[in-house]
Amino acid sequence: MEIREAEPHIIVEDLTVAYGSNVILHDLTFTINRGDIFIIMGASGGGKSTILRSMVGLLQPTKGQVLYDGLSFWSAGPEEQKSIMRKFGVLYQGGALWSSLTLGENVALPLQQYTDLSSGQIERIASLKLALVGLAGFEEYYPSEISGGMKKRAGLARAMALDPEILFFDEPSAGLDPISAHLLDELIIELRNSLGATVVVVTHELASIFAIGNNSVFLDADTRTMIAGGAPMKLLAESKDPKVMNFLTRGEGRVQEEIR
Amino acid sequence: MASDKALQKADLSLLRLADGTLTVRLSGEWKLGKQLPQGEELRGKIESAETVSRLTFDTQAMTGWDSGLITFLMDIIDLGSEMHIPVEKDRLPAGVQRILTLASAVPERKGVRRKATKTSFVDRVGESSIAFWRSSLEMVGFIGEASVAFMRLLVGKAQFRPSDLLLTMQECGAQALPIVSLISILVGIILAFIGAIQLKIFGAQIYVASLVGIGMVRALAAVMTGIIMAGRTGASFAAQLGTMQVNEEIDALKTLGISPMEFLVLPRMLALFFMMPLLSLYADLMGIIGGLIIGVSMLDLSFMEYYNKTCESVHLNDLWVGLFSAAVFGVLVALAGCLRGMQSGRSASAVGEATTSAVVTSIVSIVVAMAVITFVCNVLHI
Repeated sequence: MEIREAEPHIIVEDLTVAYGSNVILHDLTFTINRGDIFIIMGASGGGKSTILRSMVGLLQPTKGQVLYDGLSFWSAGPEEQKSIMRKFGVLYQGGALWSSLTLGENVALPLQQYTDLSSGQIERIASLKLALVGLAGFEEYYPSEISGGMKKRAGLARAMALDPEILFFDEPSAGLDPISAHLLDELIIELRNSLGATVVVVTHELASIFAIGNNSVFLDADTRTMIAGGAPMKLLAESKDPKVMNFLTRGEGRVQEEIR
Repeated sequence: MASDKALQKADLSLLRLADGTLTVRLSGEWKLGKQLPQGEELRGKIESAETVSRLTFDTQAMTGWDSGLITFLMDIIDLGSEMHIPVEKDRLPAGVQRILTLASAVPERKGVRRKATKTSFVDRVGESSIAFWRSSLEMVGFIGEASVAFMRLLVGKAQFRPSDLLLTMQECGAQALPIVSLISILVGIILAFIGAIQLKIFGAQIYVASLVGIGMVRALAAVMTGIIMAGRTGASFAAQLGTMQVNEEIDALKTLGISPMEFLVLPRMLALFFMMPLLSLYADLMGIIGGLIIGVSMLDLSFMEYYNKTCESVHLNDLWVGLFSAAVFGVLVALAGCLRGMQSGRSASAVGEATTSAVVTSIVSIVVAMAVITFVCNVLHI
């Protein structure tokens, strides 16, 4: 589980996504290295979740490529796509747990789908994953019986079920109290360190961005493309772009300018 | 290649030192789906070995790992604590140690785990009876609230948007015409066929017109339209209100001080109450046309003969009974749909259950209401 430095894992090349004729984002190019915690940030309505949908295979881009280990997802055949998707774990905004299944069954389903383990082994792995996110003993609960934060953590347990190489998070701290959000951030770092997974996080939570991100891309809602990239701390220190600064300083940059 | 594969297979061996230390040597690739050795296998070996004072690991020959290794190690740790043997984790890879720590970081809360409990037959009967009693009470309560909302409407105090009413009327009225036409014509045809077989024996095929006319106008048009509405509109009401319950839209109305009963249920009830008699009237016509098609094409009746016989046998009373029934069914379907929707739980499966239950409740109540109306009409000689 050694993490080699700067080995490209995911490459987004010249990506343009649109709903019909409505272009959401255009000409995005960035590289995510193995073991990165990569942040996709930007204001609400900037297309952050849309690009995530395009990266995880839910929305076909109108132009461009998403390469996983050099293999283009959108020009691959269905079987190849499936084997690439097998490497993903995705945590959706609300957890997206299947409401008719218990938490244990939610985590077990991907294992049943993709492995030929015995049901006893699957049960044990599901329990392990739930324990990893602090939900030991909740195997028999239904999603409707637990709180929003717990749903999110259970969603994370499900995303980790197959020991994915890449974990995608859509607004992981949205709707969580600051302490839970902080714990989730720590959990993300811990999982990256211990599993060596590449983590892609879509968020606009500044606390999370600075706490966990070691690389990022900034999406601008006006020009509908990326206008900055790099380590968030470095962006804060060095970026000259008023939009980026405004975002990273919660609009205080603009306030200061106006006062001057 | 063959030797590579042999190398990669997960394996373990045990090494016991004189001081009682048992070293578990792990080799190969410890990944899921590769026929991993089980923790239980180790139990026998440890038990058969002489006193073991501590357990430790050697992972130098291990080429890879994932959750497969972690579950194995957790079994060993459990085994260790069960047999009172300390397990030393410090020679495991750093990542493995961190995950093991993480997995035990939040200990299981007491009383959180659920045990499967068997309930006796008597318990289940009791629980179902209580549930039935509660749901009956809820139904009565709901009907009461709906009546209050209706009263408020009559005194002009009910809050709902007229456009909602018109939209629902369009959805459950005009847009239902095609399916009502199809079903009613077919019911007319079926009635005529069944009657014709018997009546033809006596040369009384002209009475097919009376059979179809009275049958459709008095009862069947209303019942068939009611059943169509139960499946089409009642189910849609339940699904709409159930989804609104899931999205907390109904809570939002309540906290604004707007009664969901007036804002959501009332327009739906009114729409069906007004539209059902109209649809039923339309179904009467379609059913009679269905009968006419059979009468003219297969029973050698002329159009005028059939028309006159229908006019002669169908009385205005029959029409009133039919229309009254239709209006009652409309209210029942709307009530059942809205009741189940409002009672719905907050999950996808709960909305599904609400929809199913709405249709079942509607159809059962339509049939029961039909029986009551027929009985009362019989007693009153209507």
